[in-house]
Amino acid sequence: MSLSDGDMATIWLTLRLATTVTVLLLIFATPLAWWLARTTSWFKGPLSAIVALPLVLPPTVLGFYLLLAMGPNGVIGHFTQALGLGTLPFTFWGLVVASMVYSMPFVVQPIQNAIEAIGNRPLEAAATLGAGPIDRFFTVVLPLAKPGFMTATILGFAHTVGEFGIVLMIGGSIPGETRVVSVQIYDHVEALEYAQAHSLSGIMIVFSFLVLLMLYTFQRKRKAVGMTYGR
Amino acid sequence: MVDSANKKDRADKPVLSAQGVQARFCLSYGQSTKSSFGLDIDIDIPGQGITAIFGESGSGKTSLLRCIAGLEKHVSGSLRVNGIVWQNTSVFVPTHKRSLGYVFQEASLFEHLTTMGNLRYAIKRCKQTVNPELFNQVVSVMGIESILAQFPQQLSGGERQRVAIARALLSQPKLLLMDEPLASLDTARKLEILPYLERLRSSFNIPILYVSHAIDEIVRLADHTVIMRKGKVIAQGGITELFSRADLPLGVNNEVGAILECKVVQRDKQWHLMRVAFDGGELWLPNVENKQSHSLNNTQRNKQRNTQRIRVLASDVSLTLKPHTDSSILNVLSGQIAEINNDKDPAMSLVRLKVGESYLLARLTHKSLQNLALKVGKNVWIQIKSAAIVR
Repeated sequence: MSLSDGDMATIWLTLRLATTVTVLLLIFATPLAWWLARTTSWFKGPLSAIVALPLVLPPTVLGFYLLLAMGPNGVIGHFTQALGLGTLPFTFWGLVVASMVYSMPFVVQPIQNAIEAIGNRPLEAAATLGAGPIDRFFTVVLPLAKPGFMTATILGFAHTVGEFGIVLMIGGSIPGETRVVSVQIYDHVEALEYAQAHSLSGIMIVFSFLVLLMLYTFQRKRKAVGMTYGR
Repeated sequence: MVDSANKKDRADKPVLSAQGVQARFCLSYGQSTKSSFGLDIDIDIPGQGITAIFGESGSGKTSLLRCIAGLEKHVSGSLRVNGIVWQNTSVFVPTHKRSLGYVFQEASLFEHLTTMGNLRYAIKRCKQTVNPELFNQVVSVMGIESILAQFPQQLSGGERQRVAIARALLSQPKLLLMDEPLASLDTARKLEILPYLERLRSSFNIPILYVSHAIDEIVRLADHTVIMRKGKVIAQGGITELFSRADLPLGVNNEVGAILECKVVQRDKQWHLMRVAFDGGELWLPNVENKQSHSLNNTQRNKQRNTQRIRVLASDVSLTLKPHTDSSILNVLSGQIAEINNDKDPAMSLVRLKVGESYLLARLTHKSLQNLALKVGKNVWIQIKSAAIVR
């Protein structure tokens, strides 16, 4: 198995992207999942549908609209330019934003399921014992929803590593900036470099298998709430 | 709406008694008549002892408790506990800032923490420090010393509920709310926990609101009773007073019975009987030593041994016009008919009898009433077939 410096760079970039996206998603998706799990608002249905859209849409559709939105005349584009950041397409941070949209349901749904499974009662019990809202979140919700957060982390990370279409649309294939493993494999195949394509593809298969194995072993060990996602 | 305006006036007036709970709530669920449920409540609960909130399921008992705890949002009303306003038109103290303990129907322990962890959760958030003495007292009164290191999944239903009660006590509340804490348990577990609840009253000086639809729990535990029906309070008062009324829906037919607070005046070793005195007469009962007394200190034990709460079911009481000396019935008292009410059963009537300063109930057929020409004010002899010691 031979990995060129270019291949190694794509692996590091992929890991960096997946880590960044997962951390950011956990921060942003948790309040969203919390709201979806506890609200009785009419807006729950529409918002859940929007969050779940990436599950069914072709990545090209998402990529196309994100490209327009992040472009110089798009909503996000105007905003980033006003902040003096330029435009996001074909940059690492453009990929981060696109990946966050794409992996959102894989992070939101397990957390939402876990929080729903906890129910109101432990929170009410905590309140009667003198715990305020933030206290309740960190001492009751987080520990009880931990399996859900684990699933969300694993799935969010793995899904970001495995994406291809949206990366190609938003990021292209700029070495060290947007060229991730899946794109590199595509380029190798295009150039008929099957040996390199084999190496990277093999790594991807082993990685994906190990991640899923970890997920299901973990699920079996702890038959806990919010762990049924992805079955 | 004159009624509600009057209530408002009352709530705004300064309350003379600073102790106790003054609560007035009004809420309604659902607009459609099909699923609508409302609560319209105005109660004044004493600042000590156990107050039972009694009613059929769906009468709003739990909603009332949740309103007092602040768990029910969008409720208009006013609430004052020991002189502190928890809710009125401009104030709503959130649940976590109310000094209360809440024991839910299911124990609702934190599954990720051990028994000790659950107790520490309460101790850490308590405004006053919990001294080791109190901790030891709570743990021993609830009998959970041996399960402190275990997780809730490892505990039995009864143990979980005792931990939940201990957890609520360790937050040192000014008011303890208990929502049918025994309802989710089977009879054996119920009997296991009841003595702990009795000890609760004698060991900790906290007013307790105890929601239940089980008459046997109430007659055993409560000092005061609030009776609810369809979201409204239909009666409230001392337990002996309420349970001797003939016009309240206190349980199904054969469960109706008066309660007497008695003092033991004699124990008869030969016949295994004891003589108890109440305000109006004396009764002979099978002698019973209290099984729980070993865990109490001397004064408590003496007090328990010499006072008994006795329940005389209306179906165990019959009336005669002359005292019978040829009857097997041991307890015959002289009294006067105070009130005659119709029973739910068209054949039966419920007769309220005045015996000295106390009241008894008798369930008789209308036919017997007519045969004996029984009327309000008539003097009768009361035969009591049996009486149960409930406390």
